[in-house]
Amino acid sequence: MRRRDFLASAVGALALPGAALAQADPVDPLVRALANGAPLRKGKVALVLPQLADNGNSVPIRITVDSPMTPADHVKSIHLYSERNPVPNMANFYLSPRAGRAEINSRVRLAGSQRVTAVAKLSDGSFWYAAAPIVVTLSACLDES
Amino acid sequence: MAARIQIPREARRGEVIEVCILIQHPMETGYRHDDVGHLIKRNVINVLSCRYNGVEVFRADLSSGISANPYVQFYTVAEASGDLEFTWADDEGQRGSERQAIVVKG
Amino acid sequence: MRRLALAAVALAAGVALAQERAIAPGELKSGSAFLGSDLRALQNDDFANPGMLWVERGEKLWREPAGKENLACAGCHKDTSMRGVAASYPKIDKASGKLLNLEGRINLCRTERIGAEPLRYESEDLLALTAYLARQSLGAPIAASIAGAARAHFEAGRASYHLRRGQMNLSCAHCHDAQWGKRLLSETISQGHPNAYPAYRMEWQTMGSLERRLRACLSGIRAEMLPYGSQEYLDLELYLAWRAQGLPIETPGVRR
Ligand code: HEC
Ligand code: HEC
Repeated sequence: MRRRDFLASAVGALALPGAALAQADPVDPLVRALANGAPLRKGKVALVLPQLADNGNSVPIRITVDSPMTPADHVKSIHLYSERNPVPNMANFYLSPRAGRAEINSRVRLAGSQRVTAVAKLSDGSFWYAAAPIVVTLSACLDES
Repeated sequence: MAARIQIPREARRGEVIEVCILIQHPMETGYRHDDVGHLIKRNVINVLSCRYNGVEVFRADLSSGISANPYVQFYTVAEASGDLEFTWADDEGQRGSERQAIVVKG
Repeated sequence: MRRLALAAVALAAGVALAQERAIAPGELKSGSAFLGSDLRALQNDDFANPGMLWVERGEKLWREPAGKENLACAGCHKDTSMRGVAASYPKIDKASGKLLNLEGRINLCRTERIGAEPLRYESEDLLALTAYLARQSLGAPIAASIAGAARAHFEAGRASYHLRRGQMNLSCAHCHDAQWGKRLLSETISQGHPNAYPAYRMEWQTMGSLERRLRACLSGIRAEMLPYGSQEYLDLELYLAWRAQGLPIETPGVRR
């Protein structure tokens, strides 16, 4: 467990209000901007990517959100952020209750080792996120062949 | 722009089905050089959407952060027999589309 | 009697050849065996393998009339007639006596049979047709012949394979016979087999021919890259096919 996650869960265990929790999390300002002042909470979102990628040109990624996907309670959108890519907002996916299941799989480019963040916006206006570190041994570059 | 779509041919009404699409596109980042050293202009598929019998069930904004020949997989509820139609467009204004039929029973 | 003597010579040659193999047939491993689990799974996924985009495009081209004669490849060749064919290349073209790889064979039919321009190496169309044809041999063991006129090309290919080159003064054998299984930067050196080509390489972010892969190796050791389709590449390709004899074709491969 990374130290900051550890801190976050330690703070959570003390049952401090959400705002304090949010402050303990090292979230990119861009992600904050997306939430536009609304609290951004850790949880509900699961982000799966390999811990180590041999080539940053194509890294498999899976985002799942714990949601019943009903008209009353569903995921409206999922946003993917990179810490080191020239374009930090890698993708936005817009879903509706017609999805039935809140899960996206894709392949992304990552310019070096970094933390990837996925944020979900729910139909009640709340924002949830998950982040995962990844080591990229060879960043996106080309040989001369 | 060629593409491949994978959905079940048949499903039960209400079943959550897996939908996959793979599109042939370089997703040029704008940071690569060609054989003679010139920077290749950025050109990525920036929008991809899927309509199920005319109703949008999925949409994505993509960027150079998505791998060349993009692969996207998501889910949708099989509601009625008909078509899933994908459309996409890149920075140069090129558009592509591909459709696949599904039979829904029950 | 004479026949018998010839057979004995051939047998002896066969034995000698078998002894020359740096990697015994039982030890042969495809390049995919040296990949991480993600790329191996991607190669085996008939849908998500990006190389299948080229295979599909190749199938379309195969059926599309083209050239001055306005003929489709499929017009002369039955679909099933191409099963196993790719596994026999490079091969001597009977009419010209020249050694052809699959790309050269495709271009020969284009120029001689349908009156079309040859396709450029690494063009989307040549990669697509080559990938489509190789895919028709999926699982077929590599079985290129080095008999007859092919023999001299095989010898030249073997010499080329063992030639030290470039600023690092290395031969192909230094890496692919002596060091396979070991790490080199972020890659594991494989036995250097041709059975997955054309292949989709993540570093290229696209499909590439076997010759493009050879050029990548040459560039890696800071050696001269030869022009596409040059005789030395063709000879090397025949030697590589002989080394890989028995390995099943797995085009389109997915590589780092
Ligand atoms: C410095 C070591 C080195 C040398 C020398 C070298 N290669 Fe490679 N070769 C590699 C690496 C690394 C790869 C990529 C990983 C692998 O082995 O598949 C590779 C890949 C290949 C592949 C593709 C294997 C596959 O399954 O995708 C072939 C074929 C090949 N080399 C042939 C050659 C030939 C022929 C030569 C001589 C002209 C040569 N190599 C020289 C290191 C080398
Ligand atoms: C007008 C008829 C005709 C057309 C059209 C044609 N071919 Fe051929 N092809 C031939 C003949 C005849 C041979 C056998 C030549 C030989 O063995 O010398 C051949 C041989 C081949 C072979 C080698 C088969 C082997 O067993 O080694 C391949 C591969 C091939 N053609 C591919 C193609 C492709 C790709 C196209 C479309 C661009 C095409 N052909 C179009 C007549 C045709």
